Amino acid sequence: MTKATSGKTHRADELVTVSGVSAHFAVRSGLLRRRTGTVKAVDGVDLVIRRGETLGLVGESGCGKTTLARTILGLRPADEGEVVFDGHVISQLPPRDLKPLRRHMQLIFQDPYASLDPHATIGRSIRAGLDIHGIGRAAERSAIVADMMNRVGLDPALADRFPHEFSGGQRQRVGIARALVLNPQLVVCDEPVSALDVSIQSQILNLIKDLQADLGLTYLFVSHNLAVVEHVADRVAVMYLGRIVEIADREALFGAPRHPYTQALLAAVPQPDPTHRRTEAPLAGETPSPDVDYQGCRFRGRCPVAIDRCRTQEPELAGPVNGHRTACWRVADGL
Amino acid sequence: MTHQTTPGTLAPAGTVDHRPRRSGLIRILRRLARHRSGRIGGAAVLVIILMAAFGSLLVPYAPLKIDMAHRLLPPGASHWFGTDELGRDLLSRVIFGARYLLLVGVYSTAIAFGGGVLLGLLAVAGGGWTDMLVMRLVDIMLAFPYVLLLLAIIAALGPSLTTAMVAVGIAGIPGYARLVRGEALSVREREYVDAMRVLGAGTLRITLGTILPSILPALVIYTSYVMPLAVLSASALSFLGLGAQPPLPEWGAMLVSSRSFLATAWWVVAAPGMAIFLSILGLNLFGNALRDVLDPKHS
Amino acid sequence: MTALSSPMHSSASPAAPIAPVIEVRGLRTHFTGETGIIRAVDGVDLHVRAGECLGLVGESGCGKTITALSLVRLVSPPGRIAAGEILYDGRDLVKASEADLLALRGDRISMIFQQPKASLNPVIQIGWQVAELFCHHRGMARRAAWLEAVELLKAVGLPAAERKALAYPHELSGGQAQRVMIAMALALKPRLLIADEPTTALDVTVQAQILHLLRGLCRDFGTALILVTHDLGVVAETADRVAVMYAGQIVETADVVPLFAQPAHPYTRGLLHSMPVQGRRRDRLDAIPGSVPPPGLTMAGCRFAPRCSFAFERCHAEPPPLVGLPDGRQARCWLAIPEPTRSRSHSDDVARPGQPD
Ligand SMILES: Nc1ncnc2c1ncn2[C@@H]1O[C@H](COP(=O)(O)OP(=O)(O)OP(=O)(O)O)[C@@H](O)[C@H]1O
Ligand SMILES: Nc1ncnc2c1ncn2[C@@H]1O[C@H](COP(=O)(O)OP(=O)(O)OP(=O)(O)O)[C@@H](O)[C@H]1O
Ligand code: SF4
Ligand SMILES: [Mg+2]
Ligand SMILES: [Mg+2]
Repeated sequence: MTKATSGKTHRADELVTVSGVSAHFAVRSGLLRRRTGTVKAVDGVDLVIRRGETLGLVGESGCGKTTLARTILGLRPADEGEVVFDGHVISQLPPRDLKPLRRHMQLIFQDPYASLDPHATIGRSIRAGLDIHGIGRAAERSAIVADMMNRVGLDPALADRFPHEFSGGQRQRVGIARALVLNPQLVVCDEPVSALDVSIQSQILNLIKDLQADLGLTYLFVSHNLAVVEHVADRVAVMYLGRIVEIADREALFGAPRHPYTQALLAAVPQPDPTHRRTEAPLAGETPSPDVDYQGCRFRGRCPVAIDRCRTQEPELAGPVNGHRTACWRVADGL
Repeated sequence: MTHQTTPGTLAPAGTVDHRPRRSGLIRILRRLARHRSGRIGGAAVLVIILMAAFGSLLVPYAPLKIDMAHRLLPPGASHWFGTDELGRDLLSRVIFGARYLLLVGVYSTAIAFGGGVLLGLLAVAGGGWTDMLVMRLVDIMLAFPYVLLLLAIIAALGPSLTTAMVAVGIAGIPGYARLVRGEALSVREREYVDAMRVLGAGTLRITLGTILPSILPALVIYTSYVMPLAVLSASALSFLGLGAQPPLPEWGAMLVSSRSFLATAWWVVAAPGMAIFLSILGLNLFGNALRDVLDPKHS
Repeated sequence: MTALSSPMHSSASPAAPIAPVIEVRGLRTHFTGETGIIRAVDGVDLHVRAGECLGLVGESGCGKTITALSLVRLVSPPGRIAAGEILYDGRDLVKASEADLLALRGDRISMIFQQPKASLNPVIQIGWQVAELFCHHRGMARRAAWLEAVELLKAVGLPAAERKALAYPHELSGGQAQRVMIAMALALKPRLLIADEPTTALDVTVQAQILHLLRGLCRDFGTALILVTHDLGVVAETADRVAVMYAGQIVETADVVPLFAQPAHPYTRGLLHSMPVQGRRRDRLDAIPGSVPPPGLTMAGCRFAPRCSFAFERCHAEPPPLVGLPDGRQARCWLAIPEPTRSRSHSDDVARPGQPD
């Protein structure tokens, strides 16, 4: 396995180090589907996930959260930059070499209906990881599955049932059990509760936190629900149009957001108080498209406080390493 | 009802019916039994199978035994379906012929099914060039008119019942391959296939372990269309003299050897003709019922 | 088109006697399975007026989606409407012919489905999926329909809509697919729009934009909106009136402000408490203990009683009726019934659910 090649030092407490990662999709059009452009879904992202923490990832729909998460998991190659997982450069590894690392990084899907095989019993779905990696003998596998089902609050006697016999919340528990059965280090949760209603949501969030304490898991938690992210995350990264624009500890980000986009995002959270309704949509303007090249700051067109410099120069993520970092000229200039 | 939970996991995860579950096959059979055309079609299929299995015990006369003294007898007490131009008992021949129908249906469909699934999955799993090559091959086969394709294969192998079966089977491969590829491509985009990839499963495991079971219902439904067609095609080939050869009591072959006596003895054609008609009808009814029962909207 | 030419201005005060666009009485939708009858919707009454937004909330599996599907008669077998009336413009849709329903659906009545990716055609470019509606229902020329479709995709916030309109569904992010579905539902300015969890895959800024759009539709075109959701923030932001469902029944209806201020039903109260609120972080969320009764189960008393911290003997013995309360509110709870003697004795030892804590 390739060891990290970049000159940067890898601190022992960093489980994942993402440096300068981009992920592109070809835009095709016409009858022959010829390539006519490139969608830069992720465009130069630097990110560190530390062992044992929960890093929240929020951002506008379509800004590249899912694509970034899939690149970190090595499910698609990085077009630029590198992803280092636990000391191994995984961003360019062929699938065969990636397989032994797979068991250490898992994904919990958003849709509990689409992510379970309707033709497999839930026991078989949960056991799949053990089968694939040849862990234990049959009896041991069943024992591990039963233990995992207990942990996520499912009766092991239900292992021979099919997914359609379960509710959304129960299915999401199955999805969590399937991801955790390999005892992974990193678990990426891509909107794990957005398909669930509030009461089930809180059960699953509590479960996710409890499992982290019990098993020492590291989470990358993707969500558009800021209340949920505030509830589970230790640090939060905010993404806009393929880039990280702000990253900080939870208290700092929610207490004193600096980037104008983060501020708009926080202001847009619907409050459960019908007496204080907004009359205006909070963020004016159109979301720019990721398939054109930008000069200057990507948020410029919608930013209420943009200055001249924002039009010509792109702000870099600045601030103390591991501290509150922001990509905004206003913040950099201390305005 | 609550579930046991370990400390650390709080809420019980809702309730599930704990009654013992019936297996999928029994459920499907029960639904078929409740379905009207399922009952009729099922009965027809059952009769064909019984005739094929126990034909030699059931027949009143030896189906190949020539009896020129009793040629072209109309249906009556001793020969319920009458006799043909060589005095052979038509009822016995019809009963005996069922086994060829079954043979043709099962073997040719198996060839089409196996070949098509293999090619379709190969195209999907291989991707890129493999996919291109396989699908061009399929396109070329589909570009030939069905009958021409059959004739070409038979011309290459020489006419016999086996050839007809193989030809009908091969001619069915491209249809299956197309279906398998299309279905597999759409299943491959599903999240639960992605989930297998995240767990580290390779292409082979995903293709055979996850994608194939997912497209099986679609394949069964397609087979319910294809099988009656295969049976009919094989009979037609025999009728054209390209399949089963007389004196084999294959229904298509019976039709052709007797057709010149139609004007004087209608029953020589009616017996095998009705047998073909009723069995195809039965197979189609059964197929319809199967489709209704397997349709996800009904489950 | 009448809806376009006569914009109605909503003032959904209960006093204004605007005739409801749709009124449901005693709706029961049953699924006949091998294990018996599942009463997914078990006696639901509701109505929505022109320009009004009704929020329909409740736990997973309580029957919100089946109620919504029943309204447009889209429940597929083995499910069927066992009883009830669905009066649309005074006409009973339960008795309407399939042809009439087909004409209504997609034109006067639209629906946004819960699973956006599954509801889009994977092999047709999204722009054409929208444009097709204009061609089919409005007889527009293809070119004009395409331009209209692109405008609409812009309105739901799809970036670079002219180019994105040429994309196939699998090239969209989750939230983008959902917005295409919304565009299709809004395309014909329906009189009744049923939106089943329309914003679950959207971030808050886009969600705010979509909710704004939906409210605009109600306000400017008098569309009656039924908003099915489990996000109480969305309800607070958008709905005029709220119906809370539990186990196939409505347990509380009220105007949105009093509902949030003083929930009358313990279940509503539980829902409000279990929701994570941004800016009010707690280490653990208060989940409502226990879970929804399985839909096959028949219970003697109140269906919520096993999970209710206020339950007393009567709750376990006798099912409470949906009773009318002041201000046009309704609740299905023994404690909510204004019975001076009993309720007084109770408020001494337990906090009444109607009181803010
Ligand atoms: N297969 C594809 N082909 C072309 N473009 C794609 C493809 N998949 C995603 N994209 C584009 O890449 C961008 C990022 O998509 P991604 O799914 O990562 O967004 P996301 O942040 O997860 O959004 P959401 O919150 O809506 O799920 C979007 O603009 C999307 O249209
Ligand atoms: N095809 C079906 N066969 C049997 N029961 C069904 C079927 N579809 C739904 N149900 C039952 O009907 C009940 C109501 O389901 P419904 O989908 O309306 O819930 P919901 O309130 O929309 O939940 P969610 O928030 O998860 O979408 C559920 O308990 C479910 O078990
Ligand atoms: S850099 Fe300029 S345009 Fe960008 S967010 Fe900051 S102030 Fe606004
Ligand atoms: Mg996403
Ligand atoms: Mg629903």
